[in-house]
Amino acid sequence: MSERYVAAIDQGTASSRCLVFDRAGRIVSVGQKEHHHIYPRPGWVEHDPEEIWRNVEQVVAHALAEARLEPADLVAVGIANQRETTLVWDRETGRALHNAITWQDTRTDHLVRELAQRFGDDHFRERSGLPPATYFSGPKLRWLLDNVPGLRARAGRGEVLFGTVDSWLIWRLTGRHLTDVTNASRTMMMNLDTLDWDDELLAALDVPRAMLPEIRPSAETYGAAAGRLAGVPVAAALGDQQAALLGQTCLAAGEAKCTYGTGSFLLLHTGERPVRSSGGLLTTVCCRVGAEAPTYALEGSIAVTGSLVQWFRDNLGLIGSAPEIETLARTVQDSGGCYFVPAFSGLFAPHWRSDARGVIAGLTGYITKGHLARAVLEATAWQTREVVEAMIADAGVSLSALRVDGGMTANNLLMQFIADVLDVPVVRPIVAETVSLGAAYAAGLAVGFWPDADALRANWHVAAQWRPDMDPARRERGYRKWRKAVARTLDWVDEDDEE
Amino acid sequence: MPGNIQSIERAAAILRLLSGRNRRLGVVDISGELGLPKGTVHGLLRTLQHVGFVEQDPETGKYRLGAALLHMGSSYLDGNELRTRALNWSDSLAARTQEAVRIGTLHDGQVLIVHHVFRPDDSYQTLDVGSLLPAHATALGKVLLAHHPYVAAELARKGMVSYTDQTICDLERLERELEHVRERGWAAEYGELSPSQVSLAAPIMDRRGLTVGAMAIFGPPERLLAARAPRGELLTHVREAAQSVSRELGAIPW
Repeated sequence: MSERYVAAIDQGTASSRCLVFDRAGRIVSVGQKEHHHIYPRPGWVEHDPEEIWRNVEQVVAHALAEARLEPADLVAVGIANQRETTLVWDRETGRALHNAITWQDTRTDHLVRELAQRFGDDHFRERSGLPPATYFSGPKLRWLLDNVPGLRARAGRGEVLFGTVDSWLIWRLTGRHLTDVTNASRTMMMNLDTLDWDDELLAALDVPRAMLPEIRPSAETYGAAAGRLAGVPVAAALGDQQAALLGQTCLAAGEAKCTYGTGSFLLLHTGERPVRSSGGLLTTVCCRVGAEAPTYALEGSIAVTGSLVQWFRDNLGLIGSAPEIETLARTVQDSGGCYFVPAFSGLFAPHWRSDARGVIAGLTGYITKGHLARAVLEATAWQTREVVEAMIADAGVSLSALRVDGGMTANNLLMQFIADVLDVPVVRPIVAETVSLGAAYAAGLAVGFWPDADALRANWHVAAQWRPDMDPARRERGYRKWRKAVARTLDWVDEDDEE
Repeated sequence: MPGNIQSIERAAAILRLLSGRNRRLGVVDISGELGLPKGTVHGLLRTLQHVGFVEQDPETGKYRLGAALLHMGSSYLDGNELRTRALNWSDSLAARTQEAVRIGTLHDGQVLIVHHVFRPDDSYQTLDVGSLLPAHATALGKVLLAHHPYVAAELARKGMVSYTDQTICDLERLERELEHVRERGWAAEYGELSPSQVSLAAPIMDRRGLTVGAMAIFGPPERLLAARAPRGELLTHVREAAQSVSRELGAIPW
């Protein structure tokens, strides 16, 4: 029997990638291409759906060619995608009817406030697990229905289809109009208990059901691909953060991973029950493999982590490249009592205070740029601790270790500090490409390439581990100071502030 | 200013002269430019050449700035930056070879570990980033010394410690070994630091082709060697991984 492989398409915010994995979960080849970001107005961020599809075809072709593989060498292809980004297209022609409105786009700001006032946060949170926010697809779709001429009438007649990026790719690959349950859980339109579109939420958003895709498990064969992947089963779709959770083999309740990038995403597996958060976290579907019971996760995102290092580099110019922050931070022993709360556009999970703005607290004449560099890195660790504490309180589980991935895991000082302030080991796995690996795993499970979760666990290996090594009194004193610094960010924005 | 050392001032003047665009100058040119006797200039150049600050073109006999000098100052590559750029490649090297991976840079004649990937068998291991290894007794060190020849002589002057009966402590033998390393593009160490360990290393180069670091796998001889020589496929993996990092740093593609 010749060696066979699984492909993953990772359609991300910045680029589209295709990675081919072998049975041991090792990367065989990679294709990658960036796409354009379209900024029609301040706060608006769009992608061209046709460019995304073209790039996906190219990166697939590239990855196959690099490994000298034919479609027949692949047992399946799985999709991981940027979440919440919203598309509409014509059922007849298959052409997109508007640019994709991305998750970062804030054009629905007013709409979201209106929805919250009219129906209350809990109306959405209880059903969908999400509070009204500009990120989610439902309000973006509503904006399109209200603003693209003729769209609403055509949508009512079933001539127009809505989908997140997974749907768009599955439609182009197989001709079927589907979405996976993890992506659907980010629309603010799906009921977390029934895992189907929720009529009350659709009514609140005024979205016709006829345009919505069918919600399917994350791992099952949706159909055979056409085109470059002709005949390959399209067998999985997952939102990127859920894919990363699977790629990290966080498969049981109480297992958590954090992806440290520009922003950071912490997800905690909560087993087969959705946990409603009282601490400002999101409840989301973790994964559903075929006919198995769905699993759920709590999610806390931290808006400003890697981007604070970039700000330190670009706006203060104290370092030439992001990794140099570790070099600068190591010129001193600690932050000198300095705390940096990067509430650049308010505080997010678990505080949700839009009236907050950033502060550097505890400044004295003693503070040098080295101390500031420390405070910048420590901000990411303290924010992680806040989210972890909220999760533990909501889910009633304890954390035994935090699995990490993403670019900031190259920063040893930061990883050690996270282990220190969480008081649990921080573990980096050997495959950093957890998003793609998760999509490949889901597709491989769907077609029996891997028999079960244990086979995936056997592929997971530790590349680095940081063990907690901080005096408990110092940890708690530091956390107390951090919370005092956070308190000092509040109530900064006034009604009459100029935008 | 009192107390300035004249020969250092003169050496600096030579370096400044050679730092012009594509400057390659002979002894006569330099002595003319600086108004110094040829013999003095020659002596200064010989010392500068010895420490690697200037190089002599074997064909024309002209002098230019040396790799060691370029290596300092603006070309200095931050160890944390090197780790960040190397992360994906070092991970896949560990996955492919099933051995621990380390990346090192030269630091005061020793190898500073800037990155460490655990051997992927989930056994208890501890990160040793920041630790120092002896350059003459590791494959990492041999790769780095091979491309910074003036350091080996300094090490020999200070005395090279013998860790096992395999450790090379003799400068002449080390120089021969480094010559091999330069020719082959990789280095091996056979139980020279610890009897139960072998390491294989290849150079990481930046965009000017300067060796800024080395990448190695570490493991027991029974896994890394076959018939007392490095296993070919492991060596290929090490060299490919180091080349990938070099490409990442903008070294000329190959």
